[in-house]
Amino acid sequence: MTTSFRHDPLPTNTMHTGSALLTNDVGLHARPSVKLTQLAKRFGANIEFARAATGPWVDAKSPVKVMRFKAAKGETLHFRARGSDAAEALAAIVSLIERGFATEAESSSLPPQG
Amino acid sequence: MEKRFAGRSAAPGVALGALLPVANGAGTRVASGAAESEAEALRIALNAALTELKDLVERSTHDAAAILEFQVALLEDDVLAEPAFSAIAAGSAADHAWLDAMQREIAGYEGSDDEYFRARGADLYDIRDRVLAHLTGSATEPTVPPGAIVAAVDLAPSRFLAIDWTRGGALVLTAGSTTSHVAMLARSRGIPAVVGLGVDLAELSKLGLVDAHRGLLIVNPGPAARAQFERDAEAAVAARALTATAATQPAVTADGTRIGILLNIADPRELADLDPAVCDGIGLVRTEFLFHDRQGLPSEEQQYLIYRRIVEWAQGRPVTIRTLDAGGDKPIPGLTPVGESNPFLGMRGLRISLAQPDVFRTQLRALTRAAMHGDVKIMLPMVTQPRELAVARRMLDAEVAALGAAGIPGRRPSLGIMIEVPAAAIAADQFDAEFFSIGSNDLTQYVAAAGRDIDSVADLADPTQPAMLRLFRCVVDAAHARHIDVSLCGDAGGDPRAIPRLLAAGLRSLSMAPALVGGAKLAVAATDLSAVVESESWPT
Repeated sequence: MTTSFRHDPLPTNTMHTGSALLTNDVGLHARPSVKLTQLAKRFGANIEFARAATGPWVDAKSPVKVMRFKAAKGETLHFRARGSDAAEALAAIVSLIERGFATEAESSSLPPQG
Repeated sequence: MEKRFAGRSAAPGVALGALLPVANGAGTRVASGAAESEAEALRIALNAALTELKDLVERSTHDAAAILEFQVALLEDDVLAEPAFSAIAAGSAADHAWLDAMQREIAGYEGSDDEYFRARGADLYDIRDRVLAHLTGSATEPTVPPGAIVAAVDLAPSRFLAIDWTRGGALVLTAGSTTSHVAMLARSRGIPAVVGLGVDLAELSKLGLVDAHRGLLIVNPGPAARAQFERDAEAAVAARALTATAATQPAVTADGTRIGILLNIADPRELADLDPAVCDGIGLVRTEFLFHDRQGLPSEEQQYLIYRRIVEWAQGRPVTIRTLDAGGDKPIPGLTPVGESNPFLGMRGLRISLAQPDVFRTQLRALTRAAMHGDVKIMLPMVTQPRELAVARRMLDAEVAALGAAGIPGRRPSLGIMIEVPAAAIAADQFDAEFFSIGSNDLTQYVAAAGRDIDSVADLADPTQPAMLRLFRCVVDAAHARHIDVSLCGDAGGDPRAIPRLLAAGLRSLSMAPALVGGAKLAVAATDLSAVVESESWPT
């Protein structure tokens, strides 16, 4: 993993960042972790997240690592992504977390997933 | 053509269903010794487990599928097995490498302060065992359809736990024992089980009818047997409704005496979905499971985390944890001696703990630390003479002091003894213990000189015969004189037929498998202590 977009001249490799507050009851628990990683894997971009904007960073496509991370309700997750679809990926992930991990179809009718 | 096979009842109940013979999961594997082929073996097992899981997801209800999809996600992630492949490259055998890697992963979950994450440890155990089954070749029968009658020579506890019993079913074993871990699990889960059928497994196919009250398996049952089953099943449904209601009520005799109801557990997974309000605490945690399922001995930290989970489940109710009771019918490779002419009269229980002080001290430290989270009581198995208790007490006090000196939080648990050796029962008043718990299974076997597992003499091992009741009375009196608690934690404690006699012998606290609580409370409620007298006649 490269560290910062300033060292990388290609515009498609620009580092995108974002953050989201975990509001669902149980944090990044089993089902939310599966949803997060499934969503992340739909994008070609390299996606990572951390507790602080400075890292340490965790691969958002690895359910094992996401579960090891044990993020609890009320924590803010910082994301960074690099790749041609990085911006789109970040928007989708932040949206998923803000919906409390409900899928788009569920978000209008169901409470946040646990 | 109807065929009847007689065995021994290991867990009561009736069931009708398709017989499903499963190969004996011996669970042993010979390592190839070459890193390349070990890695290949693990890769194949991982793939097979993944295929099997995905297949299960397809056939599961929505809720079950969501749980399994989590397991699929973890298993699909190369990160999970990475440490195992590294260990294999460094010379480990595939199964050892996998168990070690999973143990570390599980410890991460179980060490979490968050209850949700701790609970997910169970999924990791499932993944571990599923892959292991493929690795050891014991997963020849990938899935058991709901309601099936599982037939095997014997069944590993992990295999039993891997089967979905939520929709009924039954277990029949051609060999096996009523005191085995799997028999205890069947009782605990309320799954009818008959063991010791003594037939060729090949004979057990097609439709089976299990009558575990009578210890019977009927293959291809005829109209008469099926009609009887319908009646039994109806009665069982009614009885279950009654016991389910009773389980939530306190146990009080007809004349108003409150009886303590405690649980026996052999695996913390038995507590899942169980409301602690059904009991007054846990009377017996068998800790052997910690030493069976994994490679090597469990660390202090691993033990502490598991004890803590149990103690937290109890929400302040007392939890009696028995120190390792290896030996006898529970050999543990590397701990118990090999080739004893009579293991039941040899190195077992506390005798092994005192001979292997390091293993014992580790357990005492873990228990002392877990006592910070609730009311932990330590029970020593197979105590024969007071000096053994004195040695164990000195060791406990030393470990408590050492933890204190190191600034590690801990609290000294009370130290009691299991009364299961006749010498200790007869001279119970000589033991300076902080509580007594009568282990009626072994005590009966030793007093009657008859094993419950030996068909031809099993009748002699009756825990309610006068000799036993006199001994129970003797232990109860000794406890009263010492002003200490006394309970009984053998199978008799959960047997509705035995309960009136146990109460008449002076017992006021009984410990039993969780599934037996409702029935036991009903038996207590039906007992009028002002009317019963201590039986001095031999059963006819």
